[in-house]
Amino acid sequence: MITVQNISKRFGDYPALHDINLTIQPGEFIALLGPSGSGKTTLLRIIAGLEFQDGGKVLFDGEDVSDRKVAERGVGFVFQHYALFRHMTVAENVGFGLSVRGRKDRPSKSEIKARAEELLSLVQLGGLGNRYPAQLSGGQRQRVALARALAVEPQLLLLDEPFGALDAKVRKDLRRWLRQLHEQMGLTSIFVTHDQEEALELADRIVVMDHGVIEQVGTAEQVYMDPASPFVSDFVGEINRLPVMIAGGEVQLGGISLAIPAGEHPDGPAQLHFRPHDVELADHQPGGLPITISNIFRKGGCWRVEGHHAAVDRVIEIDLDAGVAPPIIGQQLVAFPSKSRIFAAGCP
Amino acid sequence: MSRAAAVTESRLARALLIGGAMAFLGFFLLLPLLAVFSEGLKQGWSAFAAAIVEHDALAAIRLTLIIAVISVPLNVVFGIAASWAIAKFNFKGKSLLITLIDLPFSVSPVVSGLIFVLLFGAHGLLGPWLQAHDLKIIFAVPGIVLATVFITFPFVARELIPLMMEQGKDDEEAAVSLGANGWQTFWHVTLPNIRWGLLYGVLLCNARAMGEFGAVSVVSGHIRGMTNTMPLHVEILYNEYDFVGAFAVASLLAVLALVTLVAKSVLEWRFDYHHGGAGH
Repeated sequence: MITVQNISKRFGDYPALHDINLTIQPGEFIALLGPSGSGKTTLLRIIAGLEFQDGGKVLFDGEDVSDRKVAERGVGFVFQHYALFRHMTVAENVGFGLSVRGRKDRPSKSEIKARAEELLSLVQLGGLGNRYPAQLSGGQRQRVALARALAVEPQLLLLDEPFGALDAKVRKDLRRWLRQLHEQMGLTSIFVTHDQEEALELADRIVVMDHGVIEQVGTAEQVYMDPASPFVSDFVGEINRLPVMIAGGEVQLGGISLAIPAGEHPDGPAQLHFRPHDVELADHQPGGLPITISNIFRKGGCWRVEGHHAAVDRVIEIDLDAGVAPPIIGQQLVAFPSKSRIFAAGCP
Repeated sequence: MSRAAAVTESRLARALLIGGAMAFLGFFLLLPLLAVFSEGLKQGWSAFAAAIVEHDALAAIRLTLIIAVISVPLNVVFGIAASWAIAKFNFKGKSLLITLIDLPFSVSPVVSGLIFVLLFGAHGLLGPWLQAHDLKIIFAVPGIVLATVFITFPFVARELIPLMMEQGKDDEEAAVSLGANGWQTFWHVTLPNIRWGLLYGVLLCNARAMGEFGAVSVVSGHIRGMTNTMPLHVEILYNEYDFVGAFAVASLLAVLALVTLVAKSVLEWRFDYHHGGAGH
């Protein structure tokens, strides 16, 4: 079990992390998700021991490892740009962690070679041991980097933007494969990503971060369906954000009362969030938001309809079932958000 | 085709430009080089050889080699240390350090020499103390080594800093995360990554260490057979109207320059190949 307690970190005047608390169970696959500058990579590097916190503790199975260096923590780290040693063959790269051991613990040359070959077949690169990193594709290099990290038999695998530098197709294959490997080897893994799709697809739990704080920790379902803050709602999945007024228990936009319960929210300005697929369109009905259709296009399995409302400066995005006839550009319709969420105004 | 034509000068303009550049190079670089060799060989090979195996000339050659053998390794160590610190760590005064590394390039060599005279000379800051302990630095080999180290300091560091900065510290972090200690990381990861750039820097450093005149002239004292390096020896012979002797020794320095150039081209080719071919 990995416990992160009250971690804070500054780079000069820039607060990178602020009072971070997180507990990770053995065998979990965790995503640290956030935009650049959210502190996710710093947190990963602190857990690894490549960076040291200004305050707080990192515990592995209840033991304080805060003062231990990376090599003493039993972690495998995979770098965003692989960081393969370019002058070594693939097999030498994979065997590096074993070959730098002290004389007493070091396996013989032939054992290291055999172990490297074994790991290379595990990452589906059997027979490529004599190549140099420059002779491999991006996806292959990433798998070499993974095999190299696994060679030291880490309890914890840490990956910094593992798919960041790969093209979309390779990324998807590698993603699925990494998930299988994680389960097959019984690892605990933490990976950093700014790609919400990647986090939603791969991780058991997602840690959503912004500006050096954790906004929400939860499963893909929880983070997507029940966002804890307007930031999470906006960052994970697509969202329509409308500035509204709460008055006497009603949600109003541009003077129109919408058929949405205001709940407990106090009177005053607020923001209304709803997902494109949680909207229904109708001809003319009270309680809906009147919009003018400005654009329609086919988006995978549905129609993406874009509409305008005079009081909203953003385009309102709506996904409609591909089975129904789409509206026409210029048509005046009313939109009913079937599921929505109200947050206080002013939050990012 | 039409786009290529748009940026291509007329045939005449091209011929003039290339011809002009060639004539300039020929006049200012090639001709003097040939003159050095032809003057040295004016009275035949035996006079040429005699000038080189002459006692003082041999002493100058020996001293020049000793200076290079001491100062080049020192600057390899200093250069790697400085570029390592600059490229891999953040610390206060880093930009000051980068500026200081360039100081020997920006200051006149005469001034570089005078610095050491002011420090270690008989009337210098440490002069009395040195005399009391019977240590000779100025007008002796240690002074020449000091001046040469100072002059040639930037070559290795300037070659390595941009290279190491571009490479970042991912490779080192990867090595450390795999359990390598500091020495193993340096020897197995950092050094192989910088080897071609380092060799290139060493080459330039060596050429300058053997060829430096100004700073060395100030601190050497021109004692024949004792503190004369090759460039100083050439000057003395020339001032004594011994043109064959002067140009014979000078042609050795010219050969060193040519060897350096060839080695540099070979290294550049290797360097680009490895650098460009390695991807990230």
